[in-house]
Amino acid sequence: MTTTRILEWLGRFYIFLLLAFLYLPIIIMALMSFNASPFYQLPFEWTTDWYASLWQNDQLISATWNSIEIAIITTIISTLLGSMASLALYRYEFRGKKFLQALLFPPIAIPWLITGTAMLIFFFGIGIGRGLVAILLGHVALALPYVIVVVSARLQTFAPELEEAARSLGANQWQVTNRVTLPWIMPGVIAGGLFAFAVSFDQFVVSYFLSTPGQTTLPVEIYAAIRKGFTPEINAVSTIIIVVSMALMLLTARFFKFGGEK
Amino acid sequence: MGDQLATGSRRGLKPALPLLLPAYLWLTVAIFLPLSAMVFFSFMTDLPLAGKEWAFTLGNYAAFFSQSLYSTLLLASLRLGLEVTLWCVVVGYPAAYVLAKVLKGRSREAIFLLVILPFWSNGLVRIFSWAMVLREGGILDTALNAVLPFKINIDLMYSYPAVIIGLVHSYVPYMVLTCYLTLQAIDDSLLEAGRSLGASRLQVLKRVIIPLSMPGLIAGAALIFVPVVGSFMEPRILGGRTGTFYGTVIEDQFVAVFNWPLGAALSFILLAVVLIILALAAPVLRRAG
Repeated sequence: MTTTRILEWLGRFYIFLLLAFLYLPIIIMALMSFNASPFYQLPFEWTTDWYASLWQNDQLISATWNSIEIAIITTIISTLLGSMASLALYRYEFRGKKFLQALLFPPIAIPWLITGTAMLIFFFGIGIGRGLVAILLGHVALALPYVIVVVSARLQTFAPELEEAARSLGANQWQVTNRVTLPWIMPGVIAGGLFAFAVSFDQFVVSYFLSTPGQTTLPVEIYAAIRKGFTPEINAVSTIIIVVSMALMLLTARFFKFGGEK
Repeated sequence: MGDQLATGSRRGLKPALPLLLPAYLWLTVAIFLPLSAMVFFSFMTDLPLAGKEWAFTLGNYAAFFSQSLYSTLLLASLRLGLEVTLWCVVVGYPAAYVLAKVLKGRSREAIFLLVILPFWSNGLVRIFSWAMVLREGGILDTALNAVLPFKINIDLMYSYPAVIIGLVHSYVPYMVLTCYLTLQAIDDSLLEAGRSLGASRLQVLKRVIIPLSMPGLIAGAALIFVPVVGSFMEPRILGGRTGTFYGTVIEDQFVAVFNWPLGAALSFILLAVVLIILALAAPVLRRAG
């Protein structure tokens, strides 16, 4: 029995090491945003100047607004279209349904490098070109499969008899959806929406190929800054991004269980 | 999914169409048509834009096969994908096991969330954070020199190991997640039965736990291998001059050299290779599941 206990403690220690591996670089990156030296020199000297100077960096600020706007619009469109599609896939039985469900995986599984460059070529070919419209088109397409998968997972727990009961009590299709189905799947819809926001807000590769100098998003702007030679300002903006996206995911976790435990 | 629909579902594509059409039209315009266009462009000499002359050609593919540079880089990227995947198994599998079988209740939930939380944060920012740690005069260098009695120089930045570390950091949560899901489904009594029948811990691990969790391992490997083979941002930031891979060459064709047809051909070759590898993995996955 004692060997088991020792092994269990070793296991716990190992998890601790993994968490340290996962979080230490992020924590150090964040700490450096509060360090006065522009060359990241130690000893540590506390300052919030880098956050203050962010407000003077017009390029970063406009890219941030673009990112937020695109993420919000992506969330609205992909949650709406994705929930509709999930409902159809749940409610109706038709030929080719398996195929439609399989079509959701290429956008998730194909490397973004390929999807992004393909979008660039196609959008140029049909005259949309690069810019915020192209980025939005791409982000919604990337977020849609995630929304459909998450909402469909929630629908799996919904008893179809409830819809039948509502129908037999005289509710029309709209009332059935609005009063019975929607309230039930709402946690899934909200989780799907938060996923969509995260997919868009953190998206770099596709945005990178579809952006132009004036019309760009925050991650693309950060990448350019890293390659040009960076200052702790980049740490400051990165810290803000990471706090926002982690907070969003914690919120998602409240609505949607990842652990697979019922 | 078909089974539980038997009672409440309705037949016919027609009533489903208005609900399905918007989403699938969007996917068609932004994913499926672009991928087809990419294949089409990869057979062209130049872009058919602004009155430029163009003709069909196999030259872009010939370039791949005639210049060993591209196939060398593709092999380097495949090797990178393999190494990162293996490291993710080595690092992630034991963690998934501890999460699924050792930790219980609330602490398991909390730690599970902590493990998968980072990969929902910006990948670019996480790669950037490693630059802080790995630089000469960076945190790792300073910390080790403060502890060790002799002077050492840690300058992992702009090296192959730096690329591996950054990528493993980015992708290991996938492996923990998929392995955790399959390990958790293994009934504890099975393990106890094995032990009480005289199997050693190692035998139980080899004969029961690993075979039963194979689907999770393979799913995780696919989820990691595919994007790593196509990675370009991570090698650029952490690899510097040593960070030239297949992905960075494709990136160059689109943002620096502006040879889009060649870029399209290289992308399509990558897609084909990735699909072949996934197709090979699929039957193994199905059998194991």
